[in-house]
Amino acid sequence: MTTQSPPNPPLERKSLLSRLPSSSILGPLVALFVAILFFATQSDRFLSGQNFSLILQQVMVVGVLAIGQTLVILTAGIDLSNGAIMAFGTMVMTKLAVESGLPPLLTIFLGVLVTTLFGLLNGALVTRVKLPPFIVTLGMLNIAFALTQIYSTGQTISGLPPALTFFGNTFKIGSTAVTYGVVLMLVLYAITAFVLSETAPGRHLYAVGNNPEAARLTGIPTQRVLLIVYTVAGFIYGIGGLLLVSRIGAGDPNSGQTENLDSITAVVLGGTSLFGGRGVIWGTLIGAIIVGVFRSGLTLMGLPSVFQTLITGILVILAVATDQWSRRKG
Amino acid sequence: MQATGLVKRYGQVTALDGTDFELLEGEILAVIGDNGAGKSSLIKALSGATIPDEGQIMLDGQPIHFRSPMDARKHGIETVYQDLAVAPAMSIAENLFLGREILKPGALNRLFRIVDKKKMLEEATRHMQDLKIGIRSMKQAVETLSGGQRQGVAVARSAAFAQHVVILDEPTAALGVKEGNMVLELIRRVRDRGLPVILISHNMPHVFQIADRIHIQRLGRRAAVVNPKNISMSDTVAIMTGAMRPDELGPEMLA
Repeated sequence: MTTQSPPNPPLERKSLLSRLPSSSILGPLVALFVAILFFATQSDRFLSGQNFSLILQQVMVVGVLAIGQTLVILTAGIDLSNGAIMAFGTMVMTKLAVESGLPPLLTIFLGVLVTTLFGLLNGALVTRVKLPPFIVTLGMLNIAFALTQIYSTGQTISGLPPALTFFGNTFKIGSTAVTYGVVLMLVLYAITAFVLSETAPGRHLYAVGNNPEAARLTGIPTQRVLLIVYTVAGFIYGIGGLLLVSRIGAGDPNSGQTENLDSITAVVLGGTSLFGGRGVIWGTLIGAIIVGVFRSGLTLMGLPSVFQTLITGILVILAVATDQWSRRKG
Repeated sequence: MQATGLVKRYGQVTALDGTDFELLEGEILAVIGDNGAGKSSLIKALSGATIPDEGQIMLDGQPIHFRSPMDARKHGIETVYQDLAVAPAMSIAENLFLGREILKPGALNRLFRIVDKKKMLEEATRHMQDLKIGIRSMKQAVETLSGGQRQGVAVARSAAFAQHVVILDEPTAALGVKEGNMVLELIRRVRDRGLPVILISHNMPHVFQIADRIHIQRLGRRAAVVNPKNISMSDTVAIMTGAMRPDELGPEMLA
């Protein structure tokens, strides 16, 4: 360690792949470009502004949910309940607006408040009762789904006031229609990226995920950080619910079932480690877009939708395997 | 730093049975003792990790009470634990300031607690250079460092923030010969900067290499404080295990 000692020899011998910072989004980005290039060769309708705007619109709900999921996974936790919580939020928003006649902005506020409280409950069970996140959110998944069915009595709510579907509206950039919801999603990603990278609480989050004991010993309030993460995630799931309502134009009590695992897929494809402490939020966006690109590309190729599920499964395993392999070489 | 009559009981077990302790200015004091002698309990009391049932701790002659390790830190006592308490995926600079990040100035920046990455990088580089730790970039992730370098980061962190005492718990335990010696050299530099060091170690050769005095803990009490220059390693170990009684030591062996 003195200045006379030789430079760190092991670093020079490592391969290019493992020299990349451990939270690099290079892998997912490359995968995305390769996928885009491939599908562009398969269909001439793929590479258009309109198609990309459509892809982003299709991924915007999962994309937003995945922000909350990323935050939870960065703390070495996992949230299996986000789709169900979101669905409950959408029922609150729509039922109160249509059946009770409350002003839409108020119902949106109440819907998001409810999802935030669900998040707070998840966080409290993890931090106070000290239950594993997997178990807590697995239980909450069932509870939220059941409550959604009970509250809605299984009925889909339609005939929504325009304020609730605002984010489904589009505006034009050139000849391409861009959805407001997509813009909101991108803004949320940017805010999250800033908080995670530039603020002390964001850095504490990474520390808690990477080594919770070290975080505790250096004075970081680990339990408070975890509680806040789950609560903020709940808030984000409410926003996701608003985007879902604006996209499908209804409150559907059976929604959100595939989004639970889809959000985890996006996070994993984006290079975030399930062990916590490593990952870049933009990676999650790329992961969500990758799934959307595959869906669009395979559909344009005329393949049945079940192939999307197959490919997604293979991609997830490849993504984790590549991450493990590059880490082992390093 | 001093302590008198420290008592700590865990149920039926008495870990500290009236332990006295004294750390002089600018010295490296090694604390040794067999398992169960109360070594860890003593250090936990001094670092604020546990609260003694009886007894008093004094810093610069003033009595103090620690209610938590953070309390001890506020009084300028830094502890480096055996598992180093570093976040491996984060950079050296970030680990140095973990929990104590330098924030950017300005009301808006303070409100959102925006970290000043540039300043933390500069300060980290300065601290490591002061202690002559030869790592090229403070942006490197701690997990890319060798065991000795990681120990260096942990020690540098404690030296950067300590005002009165640095406590090191088995700093050379997991290291090979060369890296162990590097860490010992680093500890000497910390002392030379004016910070007294309490060193807990099982490694007798290392203890004899750098300690100015050795506190021998036995059966919950301070058995003796010896001068490594005037006592043999085997006699020290004998006191530690009880094979020899403290009153059998010649006066020149005591410190």
